[in-house]
Amino acid sequence: MGNIVFQKPKSLTDNPFHYCPGCTHGIIHRLVAEAIDELGIEGKTIGVASVGCSVFAYNYFTCDMVQAAHGRAPAVATGVKRSNPDNIVFTYQGDGDLASIGTAETVHSAARNENITIIFVNNAIYGMTGGQMAPTSLPGQVTQTSPYGRDVNTVGYPVRVCEMLSELEGASYLERVAVNNVKNVKLAKKAIKKAFQNQIEKKGFSLIEVVSTCPTNWGMTPEKSMEWLEQNMLPYYPLGVFKDKYAEGEAK
Amino acid sequence: MAQTQMLFAGFGGQGILFSGKFLAYDGLISDKQVSWLPSYGPEMRGGTASCSVVFSDELIGSPIVSEPDILVAMNLPSLDKYEDAVVPGGVIFVDSSLVERKVRRTDVTTYYIPATRLAAEQEMPTLANMILVGKLIRETGVIRTDNIDKIIDKIVSARHEALKELNKKAIAIGLQYE
Amino acid sequence: MADKVLMKGNEAIAEAAIKAGCRFYFGYPITPQTEIAAYMAKRMPKIGGTFLQAESEVAAVNMCIGVASTGKRVMTSSSSPGVSLKAEGISYMAGCDLPALIVNVQRGGPGLGGIQPSQSDYFQATKGGGHGDYHLFVVAPASVQEMVSLTAHAFDVAEKYRVPAMLLADGTLGQMMEPVVIDDITVEEHDKSWALTGTKGEREHNVINSLSMLPEELEQWNIDRYQRYAQIEKNEPMWEEYEMEDAEICVVAFGIASRVSRNAIKAAREKGIKVGMIRPITLWPFPKEALLASTEKAKAYVTVELNMGQMAEDVELATRCRRPVLSANRAGGCIPSPEQVLAQIEAANQLGGEQ
Repeated sequence: MGNIVFQKPKSLTDNPFHYCPGCTHGIIHRLVAEAIDELGIEGKTIGVASVGCSVFAYNYFTCDMVQAAHGRAPAVATGVKRSNPDNIVFTYQGDGDLASIGTAETVHSAARNENITIIFVNNAIYGMTGGQMAPTSLPGQVTQTSPYGRDVNTVGYPVRVCEMLSELEGASYLERVAVNNVKNVKLAKKAIKKAFQNQIEKKGFSLIEVVSTCPTNWGMTPEKSMEWLEQNMLPYYPLGVFKDKYAEGEAK
Repeated sequence: MAQTQMLFAGFGGQGILFSGKFLAYDGLISDKQVSWLPSYGPEMRGGTASCSVVFSDELIGSPIVSEPDILVAMNLPSLDKYEDAVVPGGVIFVDSSLVERKVRRTDVTTYYIPATRLAAEQEMPTLANMILVGKLIRETGVIRTDNIDKIIDKIVSARHEALKELNKKAIAIGLQYE
Repeated sequence: MADKVLMKGNEAIAEAAIKAGCRFYFGYPITPQTEIAAYMAKRMPKIGGTFLQAESEVAAVNMCIGVASTGKRVMTSSSSPGVSLKAEGISYMAGCDLPALIVNVQRGGPGLGGIQPSQSDYFQATKGGGHGDYHLFVVAPASVQEMVSLTAHAFDVAEKYRVPAMLLADGTLGQMMEPVVIDDITVEEHDKSWALTGTKGEREHNVINSLSMLPEELEQWNIDRYQRYAQIEKNEPMWEEYEMEDAEICVVAFGIASRVSRNAIKAAREKGIKVGMIRPITLWPFPKEALLASTEKAKAYVTVELNMGQMAEDVELATRCRRPVLSANRAGGCIPSPEQVLAQIEAANQLGGEQ
């Protein structure tokens, strides 16, 4: 019998993902689950699913889960964490959820330095509802509700969440990562794990923004999507640590 | 059934709610039914404030006093507004240092007390309300005089010992006012 | 005997909630209920509880969802416009079968309305308010003492049936003081095996969720929930009958309107009119049985409300329109006077039993 060199993280259920072919949610779910496994916190983790493509996240993680209303995951997580400070509480939210309808909950949970971990998947589009313009859709980006391209003169500019939150005294750790290649996936894993580790160490609010793709709604092959991400998303959403209160010589 | 409906009215800041509260506490001490209801909202910040207090031997119906047996008017707008609402045979107390006109009703008993001036003379300018309360107790017997100290001890916190004495003094001035 | 204290209705709600084991409060400032938040802000830190002023009514109710998911007692309070904002969260609570207490100290509406007392959120409280098929257990205190007892009771019923509960008060009750005994409130223990505590690796994960993509499954959840509602309708209606033994005219009023009505009933009795009152204490479940039974003797009804006549519809339904229903209403923050109610009692007394 050979050695097992690769297997599903313990913190993921056996349910097959409902995500589209080439979607990066699968990778990010896996990274979250690996981090939970490696930190040995599965039994005390409580996840908060949001509304968007990841709405069924409660089917995929083996930890206790609550499904929140659109945009409200940080508020629900606040309640869970205040009630059970010894549990590890994370939210998993998309860009529409976190940066549009839930902006207030995002900003104020960060301002309070709520000791929670937020995984923020930014793919610049509303996936679940079929490809509408998101708060993070790029200037000129064609979507179902910006059929002539995002016109910044009428709908304004995309929101850079990490940069915005970095101005808040409260937020502890903000990092933007991407899952477009092996190197970046590894960096993303490291950041996600740190965001959970921070919570264990009671360091407060950590948010990891994961720049990702939506091949279906972008109307591209998965491979082409990765190229589009690199050429268009990364210049507008630069990767890196935007705030780390506890780092030596704080990065900014 | 014995029931007494009282209405205190004046400017915000005159201690309208506090005078009502003082009497309401007698309900607590004497184990009679009592309700206390303030007007609330922007009028608390300088406009007209009023406060309804009802004493009763049995369960109190409406806590809103629309036809008072006893009216205490600490300014002109209050007298203008509530004079006609007082029940025939009722009693009206007027702070005559602030209200220049007389009560027009002839079917009520009226007492004029220059409470604001008396309070100022005694260097207790914020306690005109309690002078009126003293006078009210003297004329209506609505609460027993030996409860006064007990109530003051209950509603003025121990941290404000001096204030307790001042309140008692103000009530005493009203009690003695002819 | 326990000590009587003089307390504002709003403060009494807050202290009763604490006595009932609630250690989590989330809210947002709005008149005329702010004393609840102020009281909680003072008390909670001293007893190891959590008071948090949320960034919005929406966030507050969702923080409640978070705590409720962990199986602990939690409450929020607001006044009418704020409760509309909470409607989404309340629907989610119902859909997730989460117990919690929402207090609405009503003010006049619609829109920003005013800040004076009202009962115009009756429909919102009893017929839904948020989306979907659901009910709240709704209690309507008429005194400061009842604000205490019904706060505690609402927590118990909410946990027993896993439904959100609402205490529907109004600005008058919230602001008034009456002597009150904060009883040694007993806290009933209910099954919490559904709560999120972390699996500790010892059980399958618990999921708190209102979403299903399978219509038949979602329908079944609704049917199951309505079976619980049927139990509540059977077991939990509360009402008070006042002077009803020989009453030919029946006043129906809740909350502050019932207090005003008492004055009118006394005055009418002095005029020889046989009038009494059925005071709903639970607004959902509505005391339908009591009202139907009263049609045996009563020849007409007078509803008294601080709205344009919302509960009147439920009275007509409960009495199956067998008798005429007159109304004495005021809206917008005005309160019906005893004289207005008396006039309607007299008018009802002039009517025959036929409609």
